[in-house]
Amino acid sequence: MNAQVAITPEAAQLVRRLKAQHGALLFHISGGCCEGSAPMCLRTGDFLVGSRDVQIGELEGCPVYVGVGQHEYLKDTAIEIGVAKGEVESFSVEAPEGMRFTMRSMPAVASSQRIGMSVNKGLP
Amino acid sequence: MVVTEKALETFRIPIVLKKRYDNFINGTFVPPVQGQYFTDISPINGKPLCEVARSTAEDVEKALDAAHAAKDKWGRTAPAERARLLNLVADRIDQNLELLAKAETIDNGKPLRETLAADIPLASDHFRYFAACIRAEEGSLAELDNDTVAYHFKEPLGVVGQIIPWNFPLLMAAWKLAPALAAGNCVVIKPASETPLSLIILMGLIADVLPPGVLNVVNGKGAEVGKPLAANPRIAKIAFTGETTTGRLIMQYASENIIPMTLELGGKSPNIFFADVMEADDEFFDKVLEGFALFAFNKGEVCTCPSRALVQASIFDKFMERAIARVEKIKVGNPLDPSTMMGAQASSTQLEKILRYIDYGKQEGAKCVTGGERARLDGDFAEGYYVKPTVFVGHNKMRIFQEEIFGPVLSVTTFKTTEEAIAIGNDTLYGLGAGVWSRDGNTAYRVGRELKAGRVWTNCYHAYPAHAAFGGYKQSGFGRETHKMMLDHYQQTKNLLVSYSKKALGFF
Repeated sequence: MNAQVAITPEAAQLVRRLKAQHGALLFHISGGCCEGSAPMCLRTGDFLVGSRDVQIGELEGCPVYVGVGQHEYLKDTAIEIGVAKGEVESFSVEAPEGMRFTMRSMPAVASSQRIGMSVNKGLP
Repeated sequence: MVVTEKALETFRIPIVLKKRYDNFINGTFVPPVQGQYFTDISPINGKPLCEVARSTAEDVEKALDAAHAAKDKWGRTAPAERARLLNLVADRIDQNLELLAKAETIDNGKPLRETLAADIPLASDHFRYFAACIRAEEGSLAELDNDTVAYHFKEPLGVVGQIIPWNFPLLMAAWKLAPALAAGNCVVIKPASETPLSLIILMGLIADVLPPGVLNVVNGKGAEVGKPLAANPRIAKIAFTGETTTGRLIMQYASENIIPMTLELGGKSPNIFFADVMEADDEFFDKVLEGFALFAFNKGEVCTCPSRALVQASIFDKFMERAIARVEKIKVGNPLDPSTMMGAQASSTQLEKILRYIDYGKQEGAKCVTGGERARLDGDFAEGYYVKPTVFVGHNKMRIFQEEIFGPVLSVTTFKTTEEAIAIGNDTLYGLGAGVWSRDGNTAYRVGRELKAGRVWTNCYHAYPAHAAFGGYKQSGFGRETHKMMLDHYQQTKNLLVSYSKKALGFF
């Protein structure tokens, strides 16, 4: 049970499909320009997880890591990974499908409660 | 870089696009091996512009074949001849200023004012700058003793890979290509799939200039072309500008082949305003106010966006009154309209991210003093990706002060002392840019030297002249562009250690 990170049903479905296609996957969240702050979904063999990456949970059997610098600012938030349509210039494995994982975060309440988070419906 | 309204009035060239753009390999346009294409969308109106080659690993290999076939001859071409050709490239850019500016605007969404006055002229100047640098370059020699001389030659690396972002498509291409080509390397470059247009159009304009195989453009998606290029054992160096996780990924690929890199990963640049700027309501103060508003330049999609403003507490209220008024004069609209100051965000992804961060800012308790929502345009542009320039007031530990938003969102906080300004300025993961505004030269100098940023604009901002080194500290990356030192990143040193003695050493 992950108090810190959750996934929408649509995103979970996409992860399952990508796992079948690519094998074991992980999520890595960092920052920076251009696609920064979008969760990157990568093959576990492709990305070297560092000693200072923080694992904040697991979704559909995929560990979710946050870069140590970003973790400082995300540690008191509850994160929801969703999916949206959109052409992105990203090395993330879902990108060629014309999809992109998105990340919504909000202040975490008590970890024993699961926060009700709405599905990412696209542009407001 | 002053744009006169009269000059813009004469701009009436319609732009005719091809239905489809391929790769540019070995001096000619080549369709992708697997015959796949993706659709290039304009952020101005959300509509498709054209189709572009969606390459795969096979296309990268073709490009590398061409580059390797050309590299020995290009590497041995006299610097003066390489310079002549780079100057020809610059000439072609200048001769096609309006075409390239318009292509850049419709592909990226940035205003025509900026592409005409900044992006395209800076790109052509960059080729001229490195043409000049390579002609003036020398190696060195040292006479070590009476019989021994060390000769140091700078030699090209060979074939290099480059992956560029979508925020300044042609200019980022120029920053990477000019030094690499000047130094005698052959290049395989992958433009961002959001913005392939200006570079591929340029290839059509310079197809006859460079020898075939010297410059190769492979279009496609980062996830499909990025690794085949960056992890390829046939490149001697990889250059990348983009976000942090991908930067790490690229570094890993480089480590597999033990090749050097240059990397630029973003920033959260502080723009620091000392109380003395308000000592007079003069021309300089007008410049200061523009400096504050420059977070909106290129709609905030700049790695060096001055996305944090640090205003000295003693002037805060009066300063903000004038500064916000200045921000509210920013005209958001159709980027092709010469009077538009801020255009469309580059994609729906970016727009969504910006709106999300605006939401986070409000949730964290930052005060939104202007903007804070999507900008709705009429008619043709209703589906475009427009946002109102937004200013928040808060404190430096908030997420909107620490995370790179990459949009026209400014986070403002105050400081009391110079030491506090420096501390807040440096309290960030990044270290790409910073701005310091003060009428006192001593303050400006001392603060600039204390800030952990590679580029400290002092009484200015968003100027990118060639011959001023540009690059990051900390998590913003490493390597310095736009300066002749970039040639070092694209060369290796050959030491000929020559003995003029005829006597054996006496060991064996």
